[in-house]
Amino acid sequence: MSAATPEFSLRPTGRLRRRRIVNRIMETVGTLAALLAVAVLGLVVVSVAVRAAPALSLDFFTQPPNIFGGPGGGISSAIIGSALLVAMATAMALPVGVLIAIYLTEFASPGVAGPIQLVLDVLNGLPTIVTGIFVYGLLVIGHGQSGYAGAFALAIVMLPLVARAAQETLLLVPTALREAGLALGVSRWRTVLGVILPTTFGGILTGAVLAMARAAGETAPLLFASSIFNPAVSTDVTHALPNIPVLIFTYSEQPDQSLHEQAWGAALVLMAFVLVASLTAKALLARSRRKLGQ
Amino acid sequence: MASIPSEYPVTRQRRGLGDRLGDHGLKAITLAAALAAVVLLGAIVWKVLELAWPAISHYGLSFLTSATWDPVREEFGALSFIYGTVVTSFLALLIATPLAVAIALWLSELAPGGARGVIGSLVEMLAAIPSVVLGLWGILVLGPYLSHHLEPWLHEHLGFLPIFGPPSSTGTGMFTAALILTIMIVPIIASICRELFLQVPNELEEGALALGATRWEMVRGVILPATRTGIAAAIILGLGRALGEAIAVTQVIGGGTHITRNIFGPSDTIASKIASSYQGAASSLEAASLLYLAAILLVIGLVTNFVAQVIVRRFDPLRGAR
Repeated sequence: MSAATPEFSLRPTGRLRRRRIVNRIMETVGTLAALLAVAVLGLVVVSVAVRAAPALSLDFFTQPPNIFGGPGGGISSAIIGSALLVAMATAMALPVGVLIAIYLTEFASPGVAGPIQLVLDVLNGLPTIVTGIFVYGLLVIGHGQSGYAGAFALAIVMLPLVARAAQETLLLVPTALREAGLALGVSRWRTVLGVILPTTFGGILTGAVLAMARAAGETAPLLFASSIFNPAVSTDVTHALPNIPVLIFTYSEQPDQSLHEQAWGAALVLMAFVLVASLTAKALLARSRRKLGQ
Repeated sequence: MASIPSEYPVTRQRRGLGDRLGDHGLKAITLAAALAAVVLLGAIVWKVLELAWPAISHYGLSFLTSATWDPVREEFGALSFIYGTVVTSFLALLIATPLAVAIALWLSELAPGGARGVIGSLVEMLAAIPSVVLGLWGILVLGPYLSHHLEPWLHEHLGFLPIFGPPSSTGTGMFTAALILTIMIVPIIASICRELFLQVPNELEEGALALGATRWEMVRGVILPATRTGIAAAIILGLGRALGEAIAVTQVIGGGTHITRNIFGPSDTIASKIASSYQGAASSLEAASLLYLAAILLVIGLVTNFVAQVIVRRFDPLRGAR
C-alpha cells in the first residue's frame, strides 16, 4: 500500500499569500511604531543627560543663579521655590480632591455624580495657560505676582488628577467592607473615615505623587503668577518664587550658551524628579492593589 | 406556635446625636468640595470672559477674521494665530494618529507578555516629560537637526508642493512645533486606544481568527469598527491638548504674525502668543486682545473636552451609568 503523494502544496499561494504578507507588514508597522516611541523617549532622556553633564557640580545645587546672568551660579533658589510651590499646591488640592472622591463614590446618586465627573474631566483637559490667565485675573491683578497665586494655579491643575486617583482607589474597596461596617451598626461616616479611607491610603498617595510630578513640570500656570522674580533664595510666598520650569523656559529663549547649559542642568533635575516620582507611584500602586486583593 | 416573647419589646432605638451629625456633616463637607470643583470651572469661564470683555466688545467677531497684530497702530486680530494653531495641530494629528493607533494595537494584541508591561510603561513615561523640557530639546536638538537635514531634503524632493518651502535657518517653525506636539499627544491617544481595544470582547476576536482571518483582518474587521467612535474621542482629546499647549510651542515655533504656506516658516499659535507675551503688553487694548485670545482658547478647550468626554463615557464602565 503506497502513500499517496499529495497533489497540492501546503505553501500558501495567491490570495492567501497576499493576506499573510499584508498581515506581516501590519504587525511590523505596529512593532516599529512602539519601538519608535521608546526610541524618542530614550533620545530625549539621553540628550538631556549628556548636555546637562557639564553644568552639574555641587555649586549648581547649592548656589542661586549669578545675578549678572554670566557663567557660574546654580539653581538652588529655583529648586527651593519649586518644592515650596508644589508642596503648597498639594496641601490645597489633596484634601479637596479626596473629599470630592468620597462624595462621588459614597454619597452621590449616579445622576449627580455624572455631571460632577464631567466637570472634573473637562477641568483636567483645559489648557493650563487658561488656568494661568484665570489665576492672573483672580489673584495677580492689583496684588502682583506671588507664590500663593502660583501654588493656587498648580492646585487647579492637580485637583482633577488627585480626585480621579482617589476615586479609582475607593471603587476598588470591596463592598463587603462597607456592608460589614454597617451590619455592625457602625454609622456611615465612621465606616467611611475609619474603615474605607485607611485601606485606600496607598492609592491616594500614588495619585498625589503623580499629580505632584505633573505640577512640578507645569510652566504655563506659573507664567502669569510666579515668573518675574529675584534670583536669590526666597521662601516669601507673598512674592513671586523662583522655580525650575520658568527658569528653563526663560533660559531656553536666551542666546547665551552658558544659560543653555544651566537650562539643561535644570531640565535634568526636573526630569529626574518626574521619572523617579512616576516609578515610585507605580510601585506604590502595585503594592496597594495587592493589599486590596485585586 | 412560637411567638415573639413579649418581655423583649422591639423598640426603635434612635441613633446617637453624634452619628446623625457625623453622617450629615461628612456628606455636607464632601458635597461642598464637589460643588467647589463645579464653581471653579464656572469661575474660570466667567473670569476669563470678563478679562477679555474690553476686546470682545471692541472688536466683536471680526477679531477672528483679521490677520493684523500691530501694537504700534493698535490693531489686533487673531487670524494668523488661528492659522498657526490649525496648521500645527492638524499636522501633529496627521502624524500622531496612525502612530498612536499602531502602538495601541501592538500593546493590546501583539506584544509578548513581558514586553507589554515594560513598553506600555515607557510609552506612558513619554507623556510624563514636562513640556518645557521637551521644548528645550526641540529648540536646541531637534530644531537644528531638522533645519540642516530633514527640511532641506523635503524641500529638495517635495519642493514643488508650496507647503515644503525653503527650510528655516534656526530650526524654529511650524514643522518643528508640530513634531514636538506629536511627541506630546502620541502617548495620550495611544493609552486611551489601548484601553478601548482591550475592552473588545475576546469572543469576537477569537471568532474572527477561528473563521480564518489573519490578525490584521481581525483588527480591521472587528476591533477598529467596534471602537471607531472611541478612537475619534481619543483623537479629539489629543487635539485639545495640541491646541492648548503653550510652552513647548512657544519655544520652537519662532514667533511671527504673518500667514505663510511654508510649514517650515515661523508662526505663532493662540496659546504660544499668550505665553510669549507674559512679560506684559504695551497697551491696555493689546492686553485685552491677548485675553481675548485666552477666551478663544478656553472655548476651544471646553468644546473639545466636552465632546470627547461624552463619547468616552459610553465606553468606560467607570464613567458611564454605574
